[in-house]
Amino acid sequence: MNMSVNFAGVNLKNPVLTASGTFGSGMEYSEFVDLNKLGGVVTKGVAITPWEGNPTPRVAETTGGMLNAIGLQNPGLDVFLQRDLPFLQQFDTKIVVNVCGHSEEEYVKAVERLADSCADLLEINISCPNVKEGGIAFGTNASKIEEITRAVKRVAKQPVIMKLSPNVTDITEMALAAQNGGADAVSLINTITGMKIDINRRTFALANKTGGLSGPAIKPVAVRMVYQVAQKVQIPILGMGGIACAEDAIEFLMAGATAVSVGTANFHNPYITESIVAGIEAYMKRNHVEDIEELIGCVR
Amino acid sequence: MNRYQNAVIVSTKKLAEGIFQTVLSAEEIAKASLPGQFVCVYSDDGAHLLPRPISICDTDVAEGTIRLVYRVVGFGTDELSKKPAGATAKILGPIGTGYESVKEGEEKPLRIVIGGGIGIPPMLLLAKEWSKAGYEVHAVLGYRNNELFLLEDLSKYAKCHIATDDGSVGTHGTVIDAIAAEGLLDGDAASRAVLAACGPMPMLRGIAKLAEEKDIPAYISLEERMACGVGACLGCIVKSREVDAHSHVKNKRICTEGPVFAVKDLCL
Repeated sequence: MNMSVNFAGVNLKNPVLTASGTFGSGMEYSEFVDLNKLGGVVTKGVAITPWEGNPTPRVAETTGGMLNAIGLQNPGLDVFLQRDLPFLQQFDTKIVVNVCGHSEEEYVKAVERLADSCADLLEINISCPNVKEGGIAFGTNASKIEEITRAVKRVAKQPVIMKLSPNVTDITEMALAAQNGGADAVSLINTITGMKIDINRRTFALANKTGGLSGPAIKPVAVRMVYQVAQKVQIPILGMGGIACAEDAIEFLMAGATAVSVGTANFHNPYITESIVAGIEAYMKRNHVEDIEELIGCVR
Repeated sequence: MNRYQNAVIVSTKKLAEGIFQTVLSAEEIAKASLPGQFVCVYSDDGAHLLPRPISICDTDVAEGTIRLVYRVVGFGTDELSKKPAGATAKILGPIGTGYESVKEGEEKPLRIVIGGGIGIPPMLLLAKEWSKAGYEVHAVLGYRNNELFLLEDLSKYAKCHIATDDGSVGTHGTVIDAIAAEGLLDGDAASRAVLAACGPMPMLRGIAKLAEEKDIPAYISLEERMACGVGACLGCIVKSREVDAHSHVKNKRICTEGPVFAVKDLCL
């Protein structure tokens, strides 16, 4: 039985990765999860310099999900390269470095600095709803996506995944723009912009007023978008959005994702990523699936 | 040890209006817990994903139990308060640094623990530890009214002083008012004291101001909305005066570098 997939030229031992921002750089969750069992670890977004992030409260629970407005707090690339990457390198798993920036120049500089690192893949975050410049402003504009993709690809030595925002009218346009810019893959969906009001304090639940909605509540939206994009692009898709069990992950694969990322579910159960891998394996056995490739995009 | 586990509920009882006490069987957590640490309690309901951080009020190592005292504020705490004995709750713990990180003022003999409302519970385990260590322990407790939950337990380890919002018991006002009214930091007391406090932010700011004015080492336990409880999501930060060694910005993680902090290290 084969669970490995070829994702943009990189062989993943299974299609289960973590979602950026929910898993740190793997260190905190290594107490619970054997990182060697995962297809890959997608790190929290990192920029060329440290970012402070947003004021608190930064998170709020919603029915079937949560809102976050962390604001891409990160220690900067120097620390990341010295501390976080060497930690991940000890494990037999692929390393996907999520990159953020305030401008095209910052993305390019970060990708340049990562060129000779042990990162296996780069995920470019052009879709964070919680930072003004860089995040959402780029991710909702097709020509900007194409331009940034091209600029990043010029200097990248690893395959480049462009992470797309669902906060657009037609996500397939954004995916096609990334493909035209030379992206090796796309990942979707980032969080959906939302708001919660604390009726007792008569104010916003988050200091940032709005935040990104994640968790099972957004899964049907994500599956729909992965399906739509899969019908339009030739490059592979890293699918995510509310995956909380193996069955959810299999839905994404069938909709056309080559691999999946698990995010918010880690907060409810720190062991979840490993159990999703085991659950997919059990499904394959039960249904006599010899090769996981049979499942990818099987629903048209 | 396995910090994430299904713990069996031994008992739950109401201590005051909206305040509940749940005792859980969790042998390893009971053994490992330090005053000031907390556990994350997970809901059984798939639509409520985030853990509820609840401070460890007390442990019984011989019985292998931990005691949580909490205010019912939403779905998760309501669910916990209604679970019958014998039911289980998924918990993760112990989490965070406790008051063992208290280094400044280690030699000082007078320990004043200050709890406001639902900030009172973690002060019990601390008072117990400090009393065992031979310190002279005072507890200043702020309540809404005459529902003086945990007072009997705290009285075993500390000389207790009470402030109430409605003036029904003790000093009418805040814990800061009670400290002044009872003269707890008068004379040479200030130079012999260490303060430890948990409670609402306005109270903690008051304690920080008092500590600065009187030059007393002070430690506080913070709470914040959390998502992961393990230091990965950066949801629960507090602003620090200096650049933090982990974040490389002036943010500390309450779940990992805290929840206990020296007041002088924070921007409150």
